[in-house]
Amino acid sequence: MAYSDKVMDHYENPRNVGNFDKDESDVGTGMVGAPACGDVMRLQIKVNEQGVIEDACFKTYGCGSAIASSSLVTEWVKGKSLDEAGEIKNSQIAEELALPPVKIHCSVLAEDAIKAAIDDFKSKQKG
Amino acid sequence: MKKPIYLDYSATTPVDPRVAKTLCSYLTVEDGLFGNAASRSHQYGWDAEEAVEKARKNVADLIGANPKEIVWTSGATESDNLAIKGVAQFYAKKGKHIITCKTEHKAVLDTCRHLEREGFEVTYLDPEQDGLVDLGKLEAAMRDDTILVSIMHVNNEIGVIQDVKAIGELCRSRKILFHSDAAQSAGKVPIDVEEMKIDLLSLSAHKIYGPKGMGALYVRRKPRVRLEAQMHGGGHERGMRSGTLATHQIVGMGEAFRLAREEMAAENERVRMLRDRMLEGLKDIEEVYINGDMEQRVPHNLNISFNFVEGESLMMALSELAVSSGSACTSASLEPSYVLRALGRSDELAHSSIRFSIGRFTTEADIDRAVELCHQKISKLRELSPLWDMYKEGIDLSTVQWSAH
Amino acid sequence: MVYLDHNATTPLDERVLEAMLPYLRGRYGNPSSVYALGREARAALEQAREQVAELVSAHPSQVLFTSGGTEANNSALKGVARRAPQGRIAISEVEHASVQSPAAALARDGWQIDTLAVDGEGICHRETLQQALSEQTRMVSVMWANNETGVVQPVAELAEICREQGVIFHTDAVQAAGKLALDFPASGAHLMSLSAHKLYGPKGVGALILDKAVDLEPLLHGGGQERGRRGGTENLAAIVGFGRAAELAGIELAERRRHLLTLRERFEQHLAQALPEAVIFCRDAQRLPNTVYMALPGLEGQTLIMALDQQGIAVSSGSACGSDSSEPSAVLKAMGVESELALGAIRISLGKDNTERDIDTLCSVLVSQVKQLQSLAAATAW
Repeated sequence: MAYSDKVMDHYENPRNVGNFDKDESDVGTGMVGAPACGDVMRLQIKVNEQGVIEDACFKTYGCGSAIASSSLVTEWVKGKSLDEAGEIKNSQIAEELALPPVKIHCSVLAEDAIKAAIDDFKSKQKG
Repeated sequence: MKKPIYLDYSATTPVDPRVAKTLCSYLTVEDGLFGNAASRSHQYGWDAEEAVEKARKNVADLIGANPKEIVWTSGATESDNLAIKGVAQFYAKKGKHIITCKTEHKAVLDTCRHLEREGFEVTYLDPEQDGLVDLGKLEAAMRDDTILVSIMHVNNEIGVIQDVKAIGELCRSRKILFHSDAAQSAGKVPIDVEEMKIDLLSLSAHKIYGPKGMGALYVRRKPRVRLEAQMHGGGHERGMRSGTLATHQIVGMGEAFRLAREEMAAENERVRMLRDRMLEGLKDIEEVYINGDMEQRVPHNLNISFNFVEGESLMMALSELAVSSGSACTSASLEPSYVLRALGRSDELAHSSIRFSIGRFTTEADIDRAVELCHQKISKLRELSPLWDMYKEGIDLSTVQWSAH
Repeated sequence: MVYLDHNATTPLDERVLEAMLPYLRGRYGNPSSVYALGREARAALEQAREQVAELVSAHPSQVLFTSGGTEANNSALKGVARRAPQGRIAISEVEHASVQSPAAALARDGWQIDTLAVDGEGICHRETLQQALSEQTRMVSVMWANNETGVVQPVAELAEICREQGVIFHTDAVQAAGKLALDFPASGAHLMSLSAHKLYGPKGVGALILDKAVDLEPLLHGGGQERGRRGGTENLAAIVGFGRAAELAGIELAERRRHLLTLRERFEQHLAQALPEAVIFCRDAQRLPNTVYMALPGLEGQTLIMALDQQGIAVSSGSACGSDSSEPSAVLKAMGVESELALGAIRISLGKDNTERDIDTLCSVLVSQVKQLQSLAAATAW
């Protein structure tokens, strides 16, 4: 399978790899996928008091496209409000990375990871 | 771009230069050996026929058969199709039950599935965790209407060697025909169809340094095994397989088999040494699992799961190596290897598997570089892996509720 | 040695060998493998598919590679039959064994096979087909050009009738490809069989060209190659060779045709003068430009062929596949040729690399051998 240059770039030099303390109140963690399906993404966001995502990081078990998709969204969500981040669509990710049809599910997973992280953060605020 | 290090000899092998040289002399007008072996009216045809028969003997000699028992085909897939459908259709009146194993090559499994649609019944045995078929389970699956058992000699993904001699004995004692796909074993493991009581044996040229598009089926003459032909036409190959014989490819296969017979013992020693070197180099990586039995196994194959690393990204990381994840026929799909799943491997481990297969042109330097790359890339990918984090934190992944996807 | 049996097989073109060599040596990847070597193999496979498609003006996706013409014909007949409700199949009386035999195999499974008669020139007429078609007819198979006589069938007319009736039409174009301009879509055929080794490509590879509307049960199961229609690792070097051979055949078609016609005309004219008793079958029909099917009354074909071989000239009595048998040609029988004359049949099939000198050698050897055998026969009779 031939990967696009952008996928290769993110795969070779993934951005924002790491962990935040998931118990901190300003951190939202989204973990999606399953090992059985061949990909698990963990995306974490750090949100300031204005509701803006200040920082993001990820770890991904999966193919090159899954790694690239999650690396890309950590860049995209930074500086965005929660609402803005929640509007990121998998099609934008797929387009940016020129994912082939069989890899579209990686971008879907990345979109799900953002949403899960936002939900996790919001549920912490309520609690 | 530098050529990657080729460690995928189970997918295909390069044609041995000696084979290529012989093969190329049967093509153009220069050498005058391009004839149609079925042409009985001139020298061109006779020369082609003579070359074909010489090759037939070379192939027969490697497996302890009579040349008259060798039927040329377009490859092991066709051999498997011919053996299984040919027997099923010929002996359908005697019975409609076939036994095979879940780890067979797709050429066998898909053919069996096709026969099921045609009203045959197929038992797909589960292998043991080491990849081997349990004789007791095989015997228990045998019925009065069982006409054929098809169990491969050496598995393409994990390299385990089935005890075909014992299976052959068992089948013979129950008067059931025994077919074995030997695409991965010919030239790696000694084969004697008499001693092993094999009735039908599929062979491939391109797994043993011969050309692609060429194979053969051994069909026993005593006691005689009958087949319904699958390719009908001019009645070539004693009516069992019609079609103009591809002389150059046949000559290539013959030469490849002749070389294999001469060099197999020495080559196996060298390959084993390389395999051990590789294993030694990888053993200090944590959470590494070898798939398939290590004893009953060809030295050419090392199928390893690197836990918490996904197979495709590992393949990408190891792009300097030509290796495969699962079998080549299915590696374009996202499914984990059905062979590893049949062994009871978890999906994670199945997804994390890499098949290294070593061959005639692999060097020590190739192995050392492969080991070095594995170390580097696996640690890099584990750095990226949330599963590795969780494992390090002591979380049992099997207890985690994964989100549906 | 003068080789004049190109309808049996052709030598590989040196340029085709050049194209194939890299795939026997360095580029040995399996097209199903995902790494660079495998992708390179895949690209070569697809290029060859385009080249073969182009020769018959088909779309690359319509090309299914097989192990040769026989497999293509088997795939077509059995593949269509196994997906259709059981019924009738019509084939011409002069089909190659690789069409007749699968039809016979289907007959054993309960299919009804109708045989389409040919006229004295070996042609299968539209009226014959119209009469044979019935509600139960699922498929018709008529070859593009005959391997023995070289006679060209009115394929487009036959296909049109089948299309009107909703019947699948297959044509075995193994002998026609590379010798005639073939246009798959324009022909109206649903399926068309090709073989590489009849057009200076390698043995062991062919293709079935098929319309997307055709539902085909694979002949070979396993592996899912060729979009699930033909299992088995692709015979890459041979396929690449086929592609190159098809490309060359397309480029040089007109030139080869002209050359073959010139040579054949030279031979037939000489024959008419030197051996006026010689019979050339189907001379007035539309024939392949390279084929001369002839007989000399009172002379057995086999004897003449052996005599020619002794003098270094390779010809045959007809189909290579049937060249074991001493039976008269079934094709000639179907045309109503008396068996005594049919037993005298020899087939001379010219190739692109034959020269005028080859023809002159053939003429002089043929005449002297015929005279010798005739005098011998006369002496024995006396």
